[in-house]
Amino acid sequence: MLVRRSFNCGRFAGQLALLRPGLCQSRLSLTRFHSSDSNKGNESYTHFGFKDVPEEEKEYMVKNVFSSVAKKYDQMNDMMSLGIHRIWKNQFVSALNPGNSTTPMKVLDVAGGTGDIAFRLLDHATQRNHDHSSKVIVADINPDMLAVGKRRAKKTPYFESGRVDFIEQNAEVLDKIPDNSIDIFTIAFGIRNCTHIDKVLEQAHRVLKPGGVFSCLEFSKVYPPLLAEVYRQYSFKFLPLLGTVIAGDSESYQYLVESIERFPDADRFAKMIEQAGFTLAGERGYECLTFGVAAIHTGVKL
Amino acid sequence: MSIYFKRLNIAVTRPYSRSLFTSAERKPNYPGHVPLSPLQRIFLVAGSAIMGLKAPWRGDMISILGDSSGQPFFLRRLLNQMLADETGRHILMEKPRISSKSLNLPFLRTLPLNTLGRIYVDWIDREHVSPDTRSPTRYVDDPEEAYVMQRYRECHDFYHALCHMPTNIEGELAIKWLEFVNMGLPVGALSALFGPLRLNYSQAAAFRKNYIPWAVRNGLVAKTLINVYWEKELTQDINEVRKKIGIEAAPALH
Repeated sequence: MLVRRSFNCGRFAGQLALLRPGLCQSRLSLTRFHSSDSNKGNESYTHFGFKDVPEEEKEYMVKNVFSSVAKKYDQMNDMMSLGIHRIWKNQFVSALNPGNSTTPMKVLDVAGGTGDIAFRLLDHATQRNHDHSSKVIVADINPDMLAVGKRRAKKTPYFESGRVDFIEQNAEVLDKIPDNSIDIFTIAFGIRNCTHIDKVLEQAHRVLKPGGVFSCLEFSKVYPPLLAEVYRQYSFKFLPLLGTVIAGDSESYQYLVESIERFPDADRFAKMIEQAGFTLAGERGYECLTFGVAAIHTGVKL
Repeated sequence: MSIYFKRLNIAVTRPYSRSLFTSAERKPNYPGHVPLSPLQRIFLVAGSAIMGLKAPWRGDMISILGDSSGQPFFLRRLLNQMLADETGRHILMEKPRISSKSLNLPFLRTLPLNTLGRIYVDWIDREHVSPDTRSPTRYVDDPEEAYVMQRYRECHDFYHALCHMPTNIEGELAIKWLEFVNMGLPVGALSALFGPLRLNYSQAAAFRKNYIPWAVRNGLVAKTLINVYWEKELTQDINEVRKKIGIEAAPALH
């Protein structure tokens, strides 16, 4: 064609292709992952979509997925959820009602790279509650996603006034955030990508002030069985192809839909939040959106 | 309400209508194979065609269009044409792949100026392209047909070098016309029909006047291009090769 560039349709494919079962490359994958014979007994595995991978590899592979999708992230979100993700995020933010206090709030948005939630939080605080001093810290493990967020932040008034900060942090470690310093901890569509969900919840408990709120927006299990099947077909058959056409990358979207399938259902996740020391909000601790496609889990640190 | 639910349920679970949806449960036939259901195939053809028109620099869209639209009839027909020809059978037996290593580009650069190999490598260097940027076939089900599709894509550069056709839009479209008339794959037809929509009026008029008659004439008269064993023709004089295949050099556009 006119200009030939090798698009990232192959960039991450090499990595993930090693994991595809049933191909002659599977022999390669076995030697790759079992090469450290000395650690054979101690190596624990976790899931990466439907594949099982050593724990220390998962973080790196997830980082690669998001570097790969960063540029087209917002466009793909719109395409995949037909714009419904905006309604979910609006609901998430208005339920939290940030800025509803006499003292300025400090909000930590984890895995919030491109800034969707951060900007909504600041907009809500400024416009609904007339709060002009609350701050949002956006933490993300992936610098490419943060770069997209910074670019978008420059178009809002918040960048100049220093109300939004972008830092590169691992949700399981959060070393730059001191204990008991955050009023609201949010994580939207990020927790299913973390290797140790319990560690993330532990960190959330550590950094929140007493009385602070933990809120998580994440994909969940669709509950009407017929709709669950339709949703499953849509996710597995259609979305990776959409990723191929729009972003030139089907493997990353295959990982994304598999990771949704693997994430625990709403009740189990609520229990995990309780085990981390939070008190669940409401009866069950969560609220389902769009027949269970997404769910908002909320807990308070008392 | 419940009767509509029942009907929907049946559509998803009854065997024969399920065949519209199932695909991922099938095993891959070769490394890199991605089985598709009919619905997925339709979506991929439509999506890649639209995306290819909107963003012509996305070479992967055209290759995906070719992959997904070749079945079931067109690739099989091309495969039969290869089997009917002696050189075609040789190619299928040996299954050579074209890459910068297999072609030995440094050696080609030492060849005399009138040889196909030298002209090809000069063209590659001038246009800053590489034979390695062709993505592997993924959506064709039969392994033999997948190889034919791969070979079809990889030989594209040789048509440029052979006919001395530039790589601007008109040049690419002319080669697509040539490929379609000569080998009959739908990706050629789709590119040939919709590609020119991107040209403005005067470009399209010049294209119609000069390139289309050339492409049609040569496509019909020339030997089936996929049956040419390019690797063996690299040291031949280019006019000899053109006479053997039955093709002329490209005319001037304006």
